[in-house]
Amino acid sequence: MAKHHIEATVNGDATEFLCETEDTLLDVLRDTLQLTGSKEGCSSGDCGACSVMLDGRLVCSCLVLGCEVAGHRVDTIEGVAKGQALHPLQQKFLEHAALQCGICTPGFIVAGKALLEKNPNPTDTEIRYWLAGNLCRCTGYDKIVTAVKDAAVALRKG
Amino acid sequence: MAENGTNGTNGQGYVGTRTIRPDGVDKVTGRARFGADFNLAGQLIGRVLRSPHPHARIVKIDTSKAEALPGVKAVITRDDFADQSSEFIPAGEMMMNYKDVVRNVMAREKALYEGHAVAAVAATSAAIARKALKLIDVTYEVLPHVIDVVEAMRPDAPLLHDDLFTVGVEPKPDKPSNIAKRVEITLGDIEAGFAKADVIIEREFKTAPVHQGYIEPHAALATVSEDGSTELWCTTQGHYIVRAHCARLLGLDIGKVRVTATEIGGGFGGKTVVYLEPLAIALSRKAKRPVKMVMSREEVFKSSGPTSGATVRVKMGATKDGRFVAGFAELKYQAGAFQGSPVQPGVMCAYAPYDMENVHVIGYDVVSNRPKVAAYRAPGAPISEFAVESVVDEIAKKLGLDPIELRLMNAAHEGTKAAYGPKFGPIGLEETLNSIKKTEHWNTPLRKWQGRGVASGFWFNIGGETSASLTVNEDGTVSLMAGTPDIGGLRASLAMVAADELGIPYDKVRPIIGDTGSLGFNFLTGGSRSAFSGSMAIVEAAKQIKAELCARACKLWEAKPDQVEFKDGAVRPIGSLGEKAKPMTIADFAKVAGKTGGPIGGYGRINAQGAGPSLGTHLVDLEVDPETGRVTILRYTVAQDAGKALHPAYVEGQFQGGAVQGIGWALNEEYVYGADGKLQNAGFLDYRMPVASDVPMIDAILVEVANPKHPYGVRGVGETPIIPPLGAIANAMENATGIRFTELPMSPPKVLKALREREAAAKV
Amino acid sequence: MPRVVLVGNLAQLTGGVAEFQLSATSVKQLFQQLAELHPAIQPHLEEGVAVAIDGQIYQDALFQPIGPNSEVFLLPQIAGG
Repeated sequence: MAKHHIEATVNGDATEFLCETEDTLLDVLRDTLQLTGSKEGCSSGDCGACSVMLDGRLVCSCLVLGCEVAGHRVDTIEGVAKGQALHPLQQKFLEHAALQCGICTPGFIVAGKALLEKNPNPTDTEIRYWLAGNLCRCTGYDKIVTAVKDAAVALRKG
Repeated sequence: MAENGTNGTNGQGYVGTRTIRPDGVDKVTGRARFGADFNLAGQLIGRVLRSPHPHARIVKIDTSKAEALPGVKAVITRDDFADQSSEFIPAGEMMMNYKDVVRNVMAREKALYEGHAVAAVAATSAAIARKALKLIDVTYEVLPHVIDVVEAMRPDAPLLHDDLFTVGVEPKPDKPSNIAKRVEITLGDIEAGFAKADVIIEREFKTAPVHQGYIEPHAALATVSEDGSTELWCTTQGHYIVRAHCARLLGLDIGKVRVTATEIGGGFGGKTVVYLEPLAIALSRKAKRPVKMVMSREEVFKSSGPTSGATVRVKMGATKDGRFVAGFAELKYQAGAFQGSPVQPGVMCAYAPYDMENVHVIGYDVVSNRPKVAAYRAPGAPISEFAVESVVDEIAKKLGLDPIELRLMNAAHEGTKAAYGPKFGPIGLEETLNSIKKTEHWNTPLRKWQGRGVASGFWFNIGGETSASLTVNEDGTVSLMAGTPDIGGLRASLAMVAADELGIPYDKVRPIIGDTGSLGFNFLTGGSRSAFSGSMAIVEAAKQIKAELCARACKLWEAKPDQVEFKDGAVRPIGSLGEKAKPMTIADFAKVAGKTGGPIGGYGRINAQGAGPSLGTHLVDLEVDPETGRVTILRYTVAQDAGKALHPAYVEGQFQGGAVQGIGWALNEEYVYGADGKLQNAGFLDYRMPVASDVPMIDAILVEVANPKHPYGVRGVGETPIIPPLGAIANAMENATGIRFTELPMSPPKVLKALREREAAAKV
Repeated sequence: MPRVVLVGNLAQLTGGVAEFQLSATSVKQLFQQLAELHPAIQPHLEEGVAVAIDGQIYQDALFQPIGPNSEVFLLPQIAGG
């Protein structure tokens, strides 16, 4: 069967690619578009390392098919920083040592950004439950929560 | 030549501060490349055919149909690996036998666990590779299997290896068994000890296998050239170890194999051995193209080593005023399909936190039809120390003593003779206990169904072979190259040490992790050694640079060695020499390096000795929901001795991460096997690790009792934090419910069952 | 003379004798002398033992000096994860 020809917007750029029916969006991002920032931890939507935004909604890209994004907008970790400037969330992760091995970090940044866009002043509990879909095995989550809260403060200050 | 000391007193003092890690920007932007992020033009995708049976003889493997499938470029089986003789060598983090390693990498006579590799293919796409696996015809003779350690020890249990005879028993057995080894330590006279006891508590405990749970699956990319030279990129804790294993298994000169450690997405001990790497190389050699292999999550659970499940019996005796007078334990640990569980360290650590005269611990290393166990953060110790810390708590309750006071009364300290032999140097257990005592946490009242528990933990830590270099660039910046993969903060820590030693700004030091072709041997990242050993090597490298610069200054200034000294980032003239010579910074020397002898650098090549144990105490408050059995962790505090925290935030990170792994181990994680010997929960949904909503903030108290054998006083810290949570949580459960849980995990169904049974018994 | 103690299973290789008084001045000499007395222990000394000298643990340190009044323990090698 011939591959599908898909046109979508990825990180603000008009993008086109070919994919098989069974290819996930994660496969397309990593293998076809060489955007390896989204990670594959489980392929079953349980770890959140593949988190991306699809039309402004937080999804696991391992649970979305490549051909499903035709005509849609995808935003990945690679699009979070604007030019040379890190997003406050990225900056706070660094300042608070909210990463150790860093494999889960792209997923947490994308998910955290989605939270703060929806809820600019989340409580600790709201942060923890929103991020419950992102597994981290290194940090125990403590410094991640601190970084997200501090980023919320920075973003509210403008 | 007078020279500044190596205790970081060069005036700037980055060590001990919370710098931004130099590799951080790449990690928060997705730019950093982990194992599966590497690709080579023309690469093939490799996939592994794995045994569906937990125990079976492999009668025949027919790969002809797979080889004929268009797009398949190579197929390998046991025939592609030469057999290895039986020889014990340090491999990864435990003594391994290469005869076992080659069989774990690719099954030979038998498949010994569900998931055991039986064949592998390399094809032009993942889809074709998967199709090819289905075309490989394997004839199995299914055999009865055994999973549980006690079952496996029975004389009539299904036998995994007919050439495995128990070592460590007299007389030497003439029949093979699943018991690979019996180990033992004794101190004093255990029976005399029990005779002195006013209270004796004896309990049996059971733990299940748990996985390290790293989020990044194993991945390897190999390319073999026509002359046999091999390049490998893989996610590993030890690329020199990977190189050694692959060279051995594939009959290559070590020098012909170059391994690059990619960024690593977690290891915790599980990435200290090889799985895909030798397969990728063998396939690449056969296919004459690069081969990339990545495990699925299911493969990670089924085919990579978790840690042992175990059955542990503990018997402790104490006098009525709380002195521990006798400590006995018998540990039975599962090794998985091949021998080598961490029962030996489990035996040695069981009573290590305490100053005791009479100790007797026996351990059994037992094989069974599950994946070969791999190291997991302080291997063996969490299990045995969980059991002992639980009994210590019962002793406290029985004697009406405060559990912290009881531990303080018996705490090991400098000069205590460890149960495993030598006397301790300075250690910080008492300091951690006192820190916990002073917390607001310890003094906060609790409500019904809430409980509080405390437990301590001990781990040795190691040093080992380390090579690291410092190179001064033409503009005075310094390139630092270390050889132990950075699992979380190492590059930052080493850069701070280099900056302090040389007296230059932190951001002028750029650290990288070199590949195996760039540095001498490095033992792996594990054993809580990378910051401890790496910093020692960097101090050595810096010493060489300072000596070199002083020598060049003498030549430039026509001075004698005692007229110059290195201080605050520059070589400075002493006394009257100052009238004709001006200080020269590292950058000044760098500008004239060529003219004054050549490039400037230092190379530290050491076998780091002097690792000091790290001890810790954890405090936990939890609440039990009597209707669902669900346990909520309300509050958690860690106090642990770091010796000297090079980077406090990353040291706290180790405390917090290890504590949460321990919480998962205590409350929810376990390998669930069916009666068919197959793993039922090979995914993150049902192998339930803690998520952010499961845990509170983890308060971290940094205790610093300097290790006198390290230039900065550093102790390894990474492993100890996973040890106390198991006992602390079990003790808090007893405090909350009045029930002593002796089986891990204390998951909701088990808690509910125990509560209901007690209710029913009360009604009778 | 240094007092040398074998911990754990190592004593099984010396016919149950766990304590020795040996004149060794380095780890290398200690291993040599032990192996001369009990050849069965030799392969285990080459790989797989840690040596604690006056409380300090050394691994793979053949040239580490041993003092005349030192207390030396031979232990199973220590690793990690």
